Amino acid sequence: MFAAENGLKGDPRLQAISDAIRVVPHFPKPGIMFQDITTLLLDHKAFKDTVDIFVDRYRDMDISVVAGVEARGFMFGPSIALAIGAKFVPLRKPRKLPGTSEVIAETYDLEYGSDCLEMHVGAVQPGERVIVIDDLVATGGTLSAAIRLLERVGAQVVECACVIGLREVKGQRRLNGKPLYILVEPREIDGCY
Amino acid sequence: MLQRALIFSSSNPICSQLSTTAPPDNTVFPKRNGGWIIPFSSYQLPAFPSDSAANRPNMASQDEQDPRISNISSAIRVIPDFPKPGIIFQDITTLLLDTKAFRDTIDLFVERYRGKDISVVAGIEARGFIFGPPIALAIGAKFVPMRKPNKLPGEVLSEEYSLEYGKDTMEMHVDAVKAGERALIIDDLVATGGTLSAAISLLERVGVHVVECACVIELPELKGRERLGGKPLFVLVSST
Repeated sequence: MFAAENGLKGDPRLQAISDAIRVVPHFPKPGIMFQDITTLLLDHKAFKDTVDIFVDRYRDMDISVVAGVEARGFMFGPSIALAIGAKFVPLRKPRKLPGTSEVIAETYDLEYGSDCLEMHVGAVQPGERVIVIDDLVATGGTLSAAIRLLERVGAQVVECACVIGLREVKGQRRLNGKPLYILVEPREIDGCY
Repeated sequence: MLQRALIFSSSNPICSQLSTTAPPDNTVFPKRNGGWIIPFSSYQLPAFPSDSAANRPNMASQDEQDPRISNISSAIRVIPDFPKPGIIFQDITTLLLDTKAFRDTIDLFVERYRGKDISVVAGIEARGFIFGPPIALAIGAKFVPMRKPNKLPGEVLSEEYSLEYGKDTMEMHVDAVKAGERALIIDDLVATGGTLSAAISLLERVGVHVVECACVIELPELKGRERLGGKPLFVLVSST
């Protein structure tokens, strides 16, 4: 669901957040219009507003864990966690988290090949209410892997939250049945996606 | 392994003098551990907190420590033989699970850097991305990620640096910062200082003034503090 359609219709902060995101054409390869959030991080007010919108949404939802997907999820997740009094749990690329016997992994498909996300066992307890945060959701492959990791340890994923997300087709607004909350759509250049 | 928890500033006796006038050109100042600091001719030493050094024992003395430090130190998990035998890994993920200790970690940095006219917090991939943004947001600064190669989509500057075996490269968006801005560099841990040194170089190449490097943990035996080109280093926990 988009923030503008769920309580934040006409909220000027959303336009400013969208405007602060830079589109870089043909990165990392031709045809991809890369949504660059680093320019959002340079705009202190827009960055703060981004965090505040998520904090306002999750503050009273009894969330005890914010799980952030490496690496851009790390830029947003901890500030949200600190503000709502939750733990921050990094979901990482392989072999970054120390203690191999204490790490669980989940693979997911890429356009070509696959990748893997890892989490520390014991970071999250069964029954804990969790939100997963990343900068952008495209196919949902990464978020699906994150949800699977958390559910494997018995956590309850309440929602996935992203700054940017494509408007889905055919009403498929869920990931493994989990709701998705998005602030803005990808910006266009010259009318192209 | 003994973990001693300290707060200490750089080896710069000037910090406790609260000088408010610029030194004359060509003045040199002795460093506590030898060597010299030559300040920029127009640079005013940052006035550290508004109360004098005498009222801030954690600045003037290494023996007193903020009471929040011991919980921060004990929240860090030590993992032997990672990523390879003989290395003792300082795992900050357990600190992130302790909401009070994580909050206190951020607060200690924010208290130090708020009101110091710092407009840039540069965080080093990836664990610098966890600590940097909350600090940046709290002090009103931009957050600039310093990244591994080929991650940043825009025009970048690159700096190569040495690893124990081989080399790595750090990148920064050229238009993220402007000449004359005052910057902090954040990472979770300083060991040899190679990564921090590369970050300092990148920022200085575009005319940014690096005010200080800040890390949660220092491994003092690896002497990273001495490899920062005279830049001060502030840490919360020193691990021997």
